[in-house]
Amino acid sequence: MRLTDQEKEFLDGRRGKAQQKAMELLVRYAEALGADRFVDTNNVCGVPGSANPFIQNYYKDKGTSEYDAIFSFFDLDSDELIEAPPALASTCCLQGGADPDNWETLGTKPQVFDIYKDREQFARDRGVKILKTCTPYVVGNTPAFGEHCAWMESSAVVYCNSVLGARTNTEGRESTSAAMLTGKIPDWGFHRDEFRRGTHRIDVEVPVDSVMDWGMLGYFVGDVVQERIPVLTGKYGRPDLIRHKHFGAAAASSGGVELYHIVGVTPEAPAADAAFGGNTPVATITYGAAERKRTYDAINSSAKDTNVDYVMLGCPHAALEQIEEAARLLDGRRVNANSALWIFTSRDVKQQAEARGLIDAIAKSGAVVMTDTCSAFAQAIPPGTKVAALDSAKQAHYLPAIMNIQAWFGSTRDCINAALTGTWNPQDL
Amino acid sequence: MESTGSVAGRPEGLHDERIVLHGRKVVGGRAEGEALVTHDTVPGWGGVNPMQGVITEVRHELRGVSFANKVLVCRGAKGSSGWSAMFHTARLAGTAPKALVFNEMTTKIALGAVVMRIPSVTDLDRDPLDVIETGDWVIVDGDRGVVEVQKRRER
Repeated sequence: MRLTDQEKEFLDGRRGKAQQKAMELLVRYAEALGADRFVDTNNVCGVPGSANPFIQNYYKDKGTSEYDAIFSFFDLDSDELIEAPPALASTCCLQGGADPDNWETLGTKPQVFDIYKDREQFARDRGVKILKTCTPYVVGNTPAFGEHCAWMESSAVVYCNSVLGARTNTEGRESTSAAMLTGKIPDWGFHRDEFRRGTHRIDVEVPVDSVMDWGMLGYFVGDVVQERIPVLTGKYGRPDLIRHKHFGAAAASSGGVELYHIVGVTPEAPAADAAFGGNTPVATITYGAAERKRTYDAINSSAKDTNVDYVMLGCPHAALEQIEEAARLLDGRRVNANSALWIFTSRDVKQQAEARGLIDAIAKSGAVVMTDTCSAFAQAIPPGTKVAALDSAKQAHYLPAIMNIQAWFGSTRDCINAALTGTWNPQDL
Repeated sequence: MESTGSVAGRPEGLHDERIVLHGRKVVGGRAEGEALVTHDTVPGWGGVNPMQGVITEVRHELRGVSFANKVLVCRGAKGSSGWSAMFHTARLAGTAPKALVFNEMTTKIALGAVVMRIPSVTDLDRDPLDVIETGDWVIVDGDRGVVEVQKRRER
């Protein structure tokens, strides 16, 4: 690898032991990728020092408050215990495992909540911004066009690359923590022009307009292109932030899409030619009525029973407009006695919603707005849940596998109606 | 299954002939074991249970199958950015694969291979998904980028 003087100083330990271990990990990672240099980054999104009960217990009594065992051994994959210094690069903490206010509703045990509080303190003490959301781009971390980032969270990565035109690979826990200490990440993949060109052409032949439509289209696209780069042309309206959020999250779940181009919409796709950048499309795939139906059936493949025990909204975390929509659809009515409605968002958006009285209005219906986490991430659903209804194709992809339940996927309106009636009776198909 | 030879778990009924594939080192080291092959990409967070070493994704062809101590042969990795942390956790739980052989490089699988610390090879001169079947015996030499395959006689 070609290392700069600064990178050599990190690697030989002149800039600190933790930075050395971070650089060693980054070099192992870059060599695995086949990268020959690093790029500088000052925008890191990760989960530094976080722990679930297994990890907490695994490293119990192996560190101290300064010499953090989890950060040393897990984040940096170091064999030595090191002192965990403050972040060098600007770093945000993504979602976690519990809601700070409603953790008991979520079913979090007090001793587990203590772990999350302790790990949040660890990150805060290192100067990490406590965003606690999968949507950092909704709450102020909006990198500039072309900016090199090191982000985790597949739904945020695909938004960062596709909608903002910033540059990040899907980083992991260990690489983001190493980037936080060094401001370095391998110059590979989406940091490079030649990697950002489209590979597959998707001709959209049915109208795509609602958030549900965009979620389904994303799920279809991820399934057919897997980890490659789709270029969409055809019949679609101009997606807003929420539609991009649901499209990208779905495409990054059914496949591994990290960048998409929508001709006439996303910044690197003023025209199809520009999006392909000279690539000949590997395949041209049509999304028509049959593909839409097949996608709907695939997302709903786990669902049979129409009695809905639980409705979850907010995957990825709800934007303020989605909280407004939920409050409007609930319209002062009560959630059915046999059902529950949980809505997940970020702390920042919840604060905005509180200022508008929306959280109180939603609470009066019996629904709960929670932050920091979601059902899939916290592995938390109301006790006894057998059937859920979801307005996110991503959550519908993950939740049945994680919690071994059935899940219906549909529009936000149909989900809220399911919460109000306890029955799945979709109107928007 | 009775074991023969020097490596535990090595089954009887293997062809003596070794098919040799040449590729590129991802992570060094040498390991051998029984192949677990999937043409699907392998999910991470939300699609595996690292405590049990089992794939849980609903529509995956290996749903319910354990990758623990197998040589995992796959197209690549997909899904969440939690891929490396899940397989890192599998290493701590003792359920990680013994080695990785794959076709498509991504940051997920590269970082996952690094933190699992298992011999891993990619960019092979023949498609390992065509050559290797589940149950074959596979020797992975990460440093040399070489994968040796002994086919199972009966199926």
